[in-house]
Order: sequence, then structure tokens, then C-alpha cells
Amino acid sequence: MDLDAPTTTETVSIREELEAVGIEDVLAQLDRELIGLKPVKTRIREIASLLLIERIRKRMGLTSEAPTLHMSFTGNPGTGKTTVALRIASILHRLGYVRRGQVVSVTRDELVGQYIGHTAPKTKEILKKAMGGVLFIDEAYYLYRPDNERDYGQEAIEILLQVMESQRDDLVVILAGYGDRMDKFFASNPGFRSRIAHHIDFPDYADGELLEIAELMLREMNYKFSRDARAEFIRYIALRKSQPLFSNARSIRNALDRLRLRQANRLVADLDHVMTVDDIRSIEASDVLASRVFARGREAAEN
Amino acid sequence: MRITQGCFSFLPDLTDDQITRQVQYCLGNGWAVNIEFTDDPHPRNSFWDMWGLPMFDLRDAAGVMMELNECRKVYGDRYIRMSAYDSSHGWESLRLSFIVNRPKDEPGFRLERHEVAGRSVRYTTTSYAVDRPEGRRYG
Repeated sequence: MDLDAPTTTETVSIREELEAVGIEDVLAQLDRELIGLKPVKTRIREIASLLLIERIRKRMGLTSEAPTLHMSFTGNPGTGKTTVALRIASILHRLGYVRRGQVVSVTRDELVGQYIGHTAPKTKEILKKAMGGVLFIDEAYYLYRPDNERDYGQEAIEILLQVMESQRDDLVVILAGYGDRMDKFFASNPGFRSRIAHHIDFPDYADGELLEIAELMLREMNYKFSRDARAEFIRYIALRKSQPLFSNARSIRNALDRLRLRQANRLVADLDHVMTVDDIRSIEASDVLASRVFARGREAAEN
Repeated sequence: MRITQGCFSFLPDLTDDQITRQVQYCLGNGWAVNIEFTDDPHPRNSFWDMWGLPMFDLRDAAGVMMELNECRKVYGDRYIRMSAYDSSHGWESLRLSFIVNRPKDEPGFRLERHEVAGRSVRYTTTSYAVDRPEGRRYG
């Protein structure tokens, strides 16, 4: 390459560039709204910086091939994979790497057909809808069923791989799922592994982070814990975590929904009570303690 | 004879880039873009074959262009057009239609005169292409 070739831009201020695309807002929002997930946030920041630099390089005429942006998100249920995918789409859109920025979220059902010749049109229809945006495939390992060699999932995988390779500028594919099963999926479909540039692992939340999440959710719903309720909820989290089918933030959200139910029930039971705004907003210790989780915890302790 | 049906047909053939931008305009208006093809270009032939299913809920023209390229691979020797359907209340009809692919050689139309009662004349136009059987009309 001729190093003295005239370039379109000579100097670029990173600050101006950042402000122009406005991804700082999205990253700040990510920090604010998502508790914990330190490694994920760091990784997204890295990707955002890389894309920003790529953008500047392009303006300076230092051409390089468009970076591969397909990603895989692995982590336990309720660790924020879908939420992060939405943010990523918005970041990519602002940086101009996807043209529209919509997120099309699908599972095996939407991609794989039920009879011969049904899969290809179905997969293509989803791909067409996702063009210019992000295709988020949840529980991607269900696409591949090794026990059934005639499974139509393989056909969907082939179409996906082809489009992921040939239309890299048009869409970004994010595969998501639980860690161990995704590893097996990638092991049996090496084509996917090599076409995905960013593997991001979502860690489980610590107890303190779960409490923060609960308080953030309550604030958004215009509720709050009373002091005792907060202390009981800390105990609740510790107990719930040790019980089966715990799915991080999703379990917390379900628990909060049940708390609201019990709170409403308690308020309605006392017909003569004149309520203040504070009464209606606050969740009391008794609401938390009525949970089955404590009963089960006691049983476990007795046995 | 170059046939002129739909939008832009008096202009030189649109490039793929121009087609993409027209399609994006349609999608931006919330219209569903479909691909149709035929080997009978008679102006009164309103029944063109549809390529695949109607494409609703698309956001970006890349999806339509993907299908157009597929269609060209199979029916590149025929007429292919895009039509944009507006499903909003009160319209519920095509808003835009333009040809995106035509045969290399377009033989044109023949004018037939029928002498009917009282020596008056009735006119019919027939495409030279349809003299040959379906599927073998061009190329």
C-alpha cells in the first residue's frame, strides 16, 4: 500500500467521535440498569471501542475487512442475556454496523419446520425479518439434535451458516444458551464456533447483586421494602438460591410479583384501615415471610 | 420492443443499488414488498406468478434483495417485478410496482385486426413471445 496516498481525514478526536455516535449513553445505561456482570460489561466496552476505532480507520482510508460481529452468550437462566442483546443492537446501530437495529428473538420453533421442505422457507423468512438488525437465537443448542439424524435442525443450521458468512454486513447473529450445552453444540458444529468472534460468558449473580436487582425492580414498579422486609429478603435470597430451579434475576422478579400479591391481599383484608401512600408502596416483613421458600427451608433444616 | 409497465419503466434499467433504495423506501412506508415473475408480458395480464410468500414485517431491503437474487437465478430469463402492497385501512392495494429484470431479447407485440359485422374492425395485441410454449418463451 502507498503510505503517502491522500487520506480523507487527517486527525480525529476520539471524544468528538464518541459524542457524535452517542454510544456513551448506551454504555452508561448498561452500567446503570444492569447490576453486576462485570466481565460482560468490560467485554462490551472493548467491542464498542474496537468498532469505534474501525469506524475512524475507515474515514482515514485505512481499509480493513469488516469485523465479524456474530456473538455467543452463555450463562445460566436469568443472567441478562436477552437484555444485553438489546443493548448490543443499540450500540451496533449507533456505530453504523447494523442499519436498522431491530432485535428478532427466536427459538428452534421459529426456525425449524415440521416436514420436508418446510424448514428452508421458515428459516429464510426469519432471516429476512432480521436483516439490518440482530438475530437472537435463544437456546441455540436445540437446533442440533444428534440423536435424530433426519432432524430438520441441520438444514436450518446450514442456511444460518451460509448467511452468517455471506451477508456479514446485513445482520449480526447472537446465539444464546446455557454454558455446558452450548459447548457441546459448538463441539459438534465447528462451523459455528469459527464464525463467531465473541464468546461472552455471563456469570451468576452474587447475593448482594440479587438484592440490588430486587430493589431496582421495586423502584421501577414504585414499591419499596420496609427495613425489616429488606432483612428478610436477604435471608430469602440465600434460601432460594439453595433450592432447585433457581434462575437468578428471573426468580427474583417472580418473587417480587408474588410479594405484591401478598401485600395487596394484606391491605384488602383490613377494610377499616385508612391508607397512606407509604402504606401502599411499602412491602412488609410479613409479606416476605409468608413465602413457601421459608417453609421449605425449615423442612430442610429439620430433616 | 422494450415493454413499459409500472414505475420507472421509461428510465434505463435500475441498478441493484437503486432497486435496494426503492425497496427501502417502500419498507419505510410500511408497505410489504413482493416479487413476481412472468413470461407473458401482455399489459392486460395482471396475474404474474409470485416468488415465494409475500414478505411482511421486513425492516431492511437486504432481505428482499436476497430473494430477488434467488429468483434471478431461477427465472433470470423472464420479467421480474417488485410490487409494494399497502395494507393500511383505506388503501389495501398496491402502491408501487416496477420491473427489476427483463429478458435479453424482447420480441414485442403484434396487432391483429378482426373484421367483424358491418366491416368494422376489432383490434387485439398479442405478444410474439407467447407463440412459443410456456417456459420456453425467452432464451
